[in-house]
Amino acid sequence: MKEMLLEIKDLHVQIAGREVVSGINLSLRQGDRMVLLGQNGSGKTSLIMAIMGFPSYEVTEGDILFKGKSILGLAIDQRAKLGLGILFQRPPTVRGIKLRQMIEMTSGKKNFDLEKEAGRLAMTEFLGRDLNLGFSGGEMKRSELLQVIAQDPQVVLFDEPESGVDLENIALMGTIIDEFLKKKDRAALIITHTGYILDYVKADLGCVLADKRLHCVQEPRKIIGDIRKYGYDKCVKCRK
Amino acid sequence: MREVQKIKEELDRRARAAAGKKAAFGEDIDLAGFTGKPSSEAYPSGLSALSAEHAKLALSAGVDVSEKGRSGTFLQMDHNVIHARSNAEGLEVMSTTDALAKYDWLWDYYWKAVAVDADKYTAHAQLNPFHGYFIRALPGQKASFPLQACLFLKSNDLIQSVHNVIVAEEGSDLSIITGCATESFGGSGMHIGISEFFVKKNARVTFTMIHNWRENVVVRPRTGTVVEENGVFLSNYICLQPVRNIQMYPRATLAGKNSLARYNSILYAHPGSQLDVGSRVDLAARGSRAEIIARALSHDGRIIARGYLRGETAPIKAHLECRGLILGERGNIYAIPELEGCTEGVDMSHEAAVGKIAKEEIEYLMSRGMSSQEAQAAIVRGFLDISIMGLPEVLKRQIDRAIASCEKEAM
Repeated sequence: MKEMLLEIKDLHVQIAGREVVSGINLSLRQGDRMVLLGQNGSGKTSLIMAIMGFPSYEVTEGDILFKGKSILGLAIDQRAKLGLGILFQRPPTVRGIKLRQMIEMTSGKKNFDLEKEAGRLAMTEFLGRDLNLGFSGGEMKRSELLQVIAQDPQVVLFDEPESGVDLENIALMGTIIDEFLKKKDRAALIITHTGYILDYVKADLGCVLADKRLHCVQEPRKIIGDIRKYGYDKCVKCRK
Repeated sequence: MREVQKIKEELDRRARAAAGKKAAFGEDIDLAGFTGKPSSEAYPSGLSALSAEHAKLALSAGVDVSEKGRSGTFLQMDHNVIHARSNAEGLEVMSTTDALAKYDWLWDYYWKAVAVDADKYTAHAQLNPFHGYFIRALPGQKASFPLQACLFLKSNDLIQSVHNVIVAEEGSDLSIITGCATESFGGSGMHIGISEFFVKKNARVTFTMIHNWRENVVVRPRTGTVVEENGVFLSNYICLQPVRNIQMYPRATLAGKNSLARYNSILYAHPGSQLDVGSRVDLAARGSRAEIIARALSHDGRIIARGYLRGETAPIKAHLECRGLILGERGNIYAIPELEGCTEGVDMSHEAAVGKIAKEEIEYLMSRGMSSQEAQAAIVRGFLDISIMGLPEVLKRQIDRAIASCEKEAM
C-alpha cells in the first residue's frame, strides 16, 4: 500500500466564529488525486486554507495529519516545509518582490531550472515583474504553478487552477500539472468548478462539498455530469 | 570685474535681509546654536591620505576613494576641499570658489535656480560660503562612469554650508553620485547644501544622492534645477541611516519643450528621525513630462512626504506616487501629494498609500516556505527597491547592504 500523506479527521473550521466546514474526513495517499466540487461559498477554499494553516481559518475540532503526525500546531511555513503546497485562486499582489526573486527564495530544489520551467509555462517575461502586479487571470495561475513546481511539495492543494484561464492555457497548465504530479507520485486535492482541467489531469476520485460536509466519493466526471444535469442540490440529495 | 562685485554685493544684501527668515517647511533651526570651529587637527592632504575609517564612511555613502569605476571625485571635509579632479576628458570638477574665480560667466548661473533669500539657510550659505563643487560636462561629452562627490562633516557643532553648481552643456550626459557622511562626534552638526543644476538642450543628468548622517545632524539642502529642450533630469535620493532632522524640497523647472524630470526617493525614518522630504516639478513647456516616486518607511520615526506637480501649459504629462509603510507603534507618515493644473489639456495624476505590511502578503510568502520574519524582511526589501534608479552595480550592492541592515533592525 502506498504511503499515507494527508489525513483529515472530523475537521471543523470556523471563520470569525462562523462554522464553514463541519466534520470532514478525507485522506490522500501517494499518487491520489481528489477533485473537490461544490457551489460558490460551500467551503472548498476554507478547507484547503485550513489544511495549509492560515490563521483566519480556525480549526475548532478534529485533526489534520501529514504522514501520520498532526500538523495543527504548525505555522503555514512549517507545513510548507513538510511538503504541503498550495496554488491560490486569487493570490495577493506583492509589490517590490519579483517573480524570479520569489522563486529563488522559495525553491525547494537545488537544481531547479527556472529558465526552462518558466519557458514551458510562457512566464519568462514575467520573471522580472512584481509578483501578480497587473497579471491577467491566466498569467496569475501560471505564475502560481511555476512557484509550486519550484517549491516541490509532496501534496498540492489546487484552488481552481483553471478559473480565468483560456482554453489553450488550460491545456498547457493541465499537461504540466499532470506531469508534475506523476513525478514523485505526488498527491493532490483539486478544486474545480468546470472540470475542464480534468481533460488533462487524470483524477480518479471526486467529491462534493455541501452543507459544510463532504458527500459522495466517486469518479469525478460522473459527478460533474450529474451536477450539470441536475444541479448541486439534487446531486447532493441523491448521493446522500 | 566691477560687475561681479556688484552681483556679490546685491546677493549679500538680499541674504542679510533674509538671515532671520523661517523656511516654509520644517522645524526652525537656531543657527546660532552651532558654535563649533573646524577641527584643529590637520585635514587629509588628498584622497589617498584619508584614514581607513573615513574611507569606509565615504564608501557607505557611495563614494569610493579608490575611484574605481568613477570618472572623477570631489571631496570636501568640513570647510576644506580635500580633492577635486576629473579623470575624464570633457568633464570639469573643481570647487565652486575656484570656478567662480575662473569663469565670469558662472555668475549668470549662481543663485539662479535657488533664490538666495529663500530662507535663513540659503542666506547663511551666501554669507558664510565654504566651497561646494562645480561640475560641468562640456557639449556632447558622455562619460562612461559617474563622477562622485562627498561632503563630509567631521567637526563638532559645525555648520557646513556648501554651494554646488552643476552644468550639463548641450548634448552631454552626466552622472553624479553624491554621498554625505558624518564622523561620529558627541555634539551636533548641521549641513546646508545649495545645489543648482542646469540641464541644457538635449543633455541628460542622473544625480544620485545618498545621505548617511547621524542622529545628531540637522540637514537643510536647497536644490533647484532648470531643464532645457529635450533635456532629462533624473534625481535619486536615498536616506536610510538615522538623522535628527532633514527638510528638503528640491524643485525642477521644465523650461524647454519635451524635457523630462524624474525624482525617486527612498526614505527610512529611524526612531527619533524626522524627515520632511518632497519634490516639486513645474512643467512650463509643451511636451514636458515629470514623475515623482517616493517610498517612505517609518520605523518609529516621522516622515512628511511631499510632492507637487504644476502643469503650466499643455500638453504635459505628470504623475506622482507615494507609498508609505509604517513599522512600529510610534511611526508616523504624512503624505501630501499636490497637483496644480493651470490650463486645459494637462494630464496629471497621483496615488498615495500609507499602511502596514499586509497580513495576506506575509501569509502568501509563508505558504511557499518562508518564515514570518523572512517574509516581512523580503517585503520591506522589496518596498525599498532601488532597481528603478538605474544605479551602477557596485553602488546598488552597497545600498542593498544598507537596506539589509535596516531590515534586520526593523524586524
